[in-house]
Amino acid sequence: MYTFSNRLKIASIVLMIVGALGIIGGFVMAPGTIAEAKEMVASHDGGHGEAHVAEAEHVTTESDRAVAESHGEEHDSSHDQHLLDQLKNRPWAALYVAAFFFFMISLGVLAFYAIQRAAQAGWSPLLFRVMEGITAYLVPGGIIVFVILLLSVLHMNHLFIWMDETVVAHDALLQGKAGYLNPTFFLIRAAIFLAGWIGYREYSRKLSIAQDASDDNSNFKLNFRISAGFLVFYLISESIMSWDWIMSVEPHWFSTLFGWYIFASMFVSGITVIAMVTIYLKSKGHLPDVNNSHIHDLAKFMFGISIFWTYLWFSQFMLIWYSNIPEEVTYYVTRIADYRLPFFGMVAMNFLFPVLLLMNSDYKRINWFVILTGIVILAGHYMDIFNAIMPSTVGDNWFIGIPEIGSVLFFAGLFIFWIFRAISTQPLQPKRNPFIEESRHFHY
Amino acid sequence: MASKVIHAFYDDDDVLMLAVKKVKAAKLHIEEVYCPFPVHGLDKAMGLAPTRLAITAFLYGCVGLTVATLMMNYIMIEDWPQDIGGKPSFSYLENLPAFVPIMFELTVFFAAHLMVITFYLRSRLWPFKEAENPDVRTTDDHFLMEIEIHDNEQELRDLLMDTGAVEINVSEKNSH
Repeated sequence: MYTFSNRLKIASIVLMIVGALGIIGGFVMAPGTIAEAKEMVASHDGGHGEAHVAEAEHVTTESDRAVAESHGEEHDSSHDQHLLDQLKNRPWAALYVAAFFFFMISLGVLAFYAIQRAAQAGWSPLLFRVMEGITAYLVPGGIIVFVILLLSVLHMNHLFIWMDETVVAHDALLQGKAGYLNPTFFLIRAAIFLAGWIGYREYSRKLSIAQDASDDNSNFKLNFRISAGFLVFYLISESIMSWDWIMSVEPHWFSTLFGWYIFASMFVSGITVIAMVTIYLKSKGHLPDVNNSHIHDLAKFMFGISIFWTYLWFSQFMLIWYSNIPEEVTYYVTRIADYRLPFFGMVAMNFLFPVLLLMNSDYKRINWFVILTGIVILAGHYMDIFNAIMPSTVGDNWFIGIPEIGSVLFFAGLFIFWIFRAISTQPLQPKRNPFIEESRHFHY
Repeated sequence: MASKVIHAFYDDDDVLMLAVKKVKAAKLHIEEVYCPFPVHGLDKAMGLAPTRLAITAFLYGCVGLTVATLMMNYIMIEDWPQDIGGKPSFSYLENLPAFVPIMFELTVFFAAHLMVITFYLRSRLWPFKEAENPDVRTTDDHFLMEIEIHDNEQELRDLLMDTGAVEINVSEKNSH
């Protein structure tokens, strides 16, 4: 039985407090008027010469968009209003990216867990309690993401421009999509998905614990059946979720493999966190039966899914780059013009780094190698979500500053607090899982 | 050079694994084990040095990547530049996304094929090669452990019988 150590508890609470201060600071620092916004950008430009170049490129892409609306002086004032909106968006976007990132880790673990159940995997039952602990974060994480979406619907921010009636009134494309992209249906979908994910998690966890005390395998079999069914629901809901929560920040743009792409991100982040939590617990003397073959298997998944992510990232990029259709290619034009470093940096972090570090079979069972690669993978997939949300919400006014770091720290603290609290409530090793012997003797 | 060897037959891979561990524990050198299918962990149990095939695979992959890059650069940029989809082929780097799939495929192609060929050569397998396994049953349902005899035939027989061998033969062997 694991007890949530005081040191870790205090560390997570400190992270939350520091993070909360950063989040509040971000909101306080956001400009309230157009004059303040212009002053902020001007002082920023004074500090960095190269920002002018980015600004100039930004204006050209921006003017493309504005042509349909207006010209001349009217354009200038609408551009200023746009700048203010972007700067006001920044603390919201930073909060949303971090909230979604940590939520998606537990959602990725939930998918991994359901696959282990449905496949009746023999190697992984020793890790079930760890996975169940991480998926416990679905409840607070899901509620927070839902609240942010609700506040967006209530026009507290401009993350999703299709929620703004005045924008839709001037946009034929958005009018065409209004049957699907409207605030009410959007929230209903979000509520259904969250209810499905959390409902499966709680039920499966209940069966998993009941199996320990039961004298037959009925709980286990039922868990197998609901997991197989859940995966069908998950694949559909996850895909729609990625269109709703991420792709719709850029409502004109669409990609048919976007659901898979976001899934790869959450899957690899989730598996990485399973490996990291397992290694942490093992280093504290828990999970005595977990051997380095289990770590090896998790590291193989980290390696493989990192390549899978890259495959999807590149497939999406190459087709759009090659066909060069204006309505599609704007997505990458803004990212390569304004987000060059994070955009290509994340490919190095999410592909080159794990491929080179985890290629060797022996390195996959060296704990510090797995942890080191895991940290880079997690940072890289944070950047992935950052690159998906930020260009459409704050434009070229991005920076990894107080709002972003504060949000990450806050949710990291909450995540650590919640998952270790959940892990400490039950014995770490399932007792009566029919495959527990196989898992104990698992040997690569 | 001819030497006397003992052949112990097993009909189960788990029994074979335990037998290998026992023979190794008795500090005897196992010449070879013949199996109808790969037995997981047998190489470690026999104390064989780890395979270096992975290193060759990496190097072959690097060769494939290089070949693909040079080939595409010659074909698409130097020899016959074309304007495909409004993207004139003036520079390899600017057209790189179009070449990545080929670079990937040739990396995999070289790594896979050359590694298989290396594996066959290293295992002394080539077309028309006469089979080296001493008994045809090792291609069907039996496992065979071969140990060289150094004036300890009876000792070996007792030990191998103990490990669950279903049959034990002694034969002359010409080393290749």
